[in-house]
Amino acid sequence: MSEAARKGMKPKKNRAGLWGIYLALALIYIWAFSGMNLPEIKPTAGQITKSIFNGMFHPDWDYVSDPGGEDLLHGLLDTLAIAALGTFISAVLCVPFAFWAAANMSKGKAASGTGKFVLSFIRTFPELVMAIMFIKAVGPGSFAGVLALGLHSIGMLGKLFSEEVENMDLGPTEALMATGANRFQILWFAVIPQVITGFLSYTLYRFEINVRSAAVLGVIGAGGIGTPLIFALTSRDWNRVGIILLGIIVMVTVIDLISGYLRRKIV
Amino acid sequence: MMNQPIKTSIPKPPSKIKNYVTLLLVLFLLWGSSIQTDSSLAELVAGFPNMMDLLNQMVPPNWGYFDNITDAMLETIRMAVIGTTFGAILAIPIALFSASNLIQNIWVFYPIRFILNLIRTVPDLLLASIFVAIFGLGSLPGILALMVFSIGLIAKLTYESIEAIDPGPLEAMEAVGANKIQLIVFGVIPQVAAHFISYVLYTFEINVRAAAVLGLVGAGGIGLFYNKTLGFLEYDKTSSIIIYTLVAVLAIDYISTKLREKLL
Repeated sequence: MSEAARKGMKPKKNRAGLWGIYLALALIYIWAFSGMNLPEIKPTAGQITKSIFNGMFHPDWDYVSDPGGEDLLHGLLDTLAIAALGTFISAVLCVPFAFWAAANMSKGKAASGTGKFVLSFIRTFPELVMAIMFIKAVGPGSFAGVLALGLHSIGMLGKLFSEEVENMDLGPTEALMATGANRFQILWFAVIPQVITGFLSYTLYRFEINVRSAAVLGVIGAGGIGTPLIFALTSRDWNRVGIILLGIIVMVTVIDLISGYLRRKIV
Repeated sequence: MMNQPIKTSIPKPPSKIKNYVTLLLVLFLLWGSSIQTDSSLAELVAGFPNMMDLLNQMVPPNWGYFDNITDAMLETIRMAVIGTTFGAILAIPIALFSASNLIQNIWVFYPIRFILNLIRTVPDLLLASIFVAIFGLGSLPGILALMVFSIGLIAKLTYESIEAIDPGPLEAMEAVGANKIQLIVFGVIPQVAAHFISYVLYTFEINVRAAAVLGLVGAGGIGLFYNKTLGFLEYDKTSSIIIYTLVAVLAIDYISTKLREKLL
């Protein structure tokens, strides 16, 4: 086979479209980098990095458990409690949203479309901003964090739950309807047994995410381990920063392992 | 032979004790959590008027404020673009080294995966606050935080899809004597490129949302303006920021989702 013939065998791609994409990408990058003024690196940056690493390897072990109260374990427990309660609130509140957004349960496409839009609106609303608003309402502390997580998680859980409901087998529902069951009985005996495992698994998954979020909420004063971390960072107490980071990493890893094990058992 | 009694009754349903115990345990955990966090419905009801007041002050958003925050919004998107790009570039070698079908040495890919797992446990806002402590206020710590976060996510997703590729082409190339580089360029990359780009876009979506709040810890972007407006109690401006962020995020999500649908 000649060289030319072999070349001819290559599948023809949409060259113009490809070049268009490259051009668009190049423009985006030129825009992105030209807008960035060259950062000034503080002369102390290297020294601080060294102290942070030093602090990571020499954590302040005395901080782990302090009978006085304000210690690492207390902070981590607080974080877990915020995540657990927030996840529970959202798992309960999102159920009506899920049925509203599910195409096979709602009446008409418009209803489920509105439900989906409301859920994506809630999802996009930053949870930190929600936390700030709840701090205005109930004062700074863990409760504001619980409410923020509870409201924000509705967005994602509602979406996942509604997809679970949409994937449901409608046979049992029709069968029960044919035998004259009322709406409540249909829900209890046909719908719930089919979706409950999915709901539980997604709730555990969201709990994993919420543990990470709860660790952050303290940055703005909504309880949890983030508050002592910010204090330690601003007072340049690197050994304490080290032990708090270690604590967060261990907590998140353990929770992920436990939750992953439970989710595999459920499904 | 012993004559066994024939069972005539209906078999008993499986015991539900386990379910009840689980339920009790969960309720106990929730009760403990509500004590730990001082949650009370009374407090929420008492604080409700405050919140309605806040919402009332937010309701007509300050439309004129959009001009002031456009620069910050663009900076937020820039931070996400740059952070995601550098993260994606650095994630490529890491993903190749943690794929068990390319590197058979478990002393290489297990430690790298372990480090990736550690990186993913630290939330991006905490990373940003550490980088702010090191580099000072500005968008650089934000970009670095997004970059580290992107490496963790993209490298994990990519090595998982490298492990799922069809081994046929690789074996064929090995049989004709291709070296590791040729294997990766002609055998691996064509199979995972579309997935990789899709993961990068997905990470970009997450990073835009993250970049919008990084400013709360001083790491640049539109988040700085939350502190400013909330500090001066100008809630109408706060709601303009929220609306602006929502519109930008939804638009980027829409474009990115369409592109990802086209890719796969």
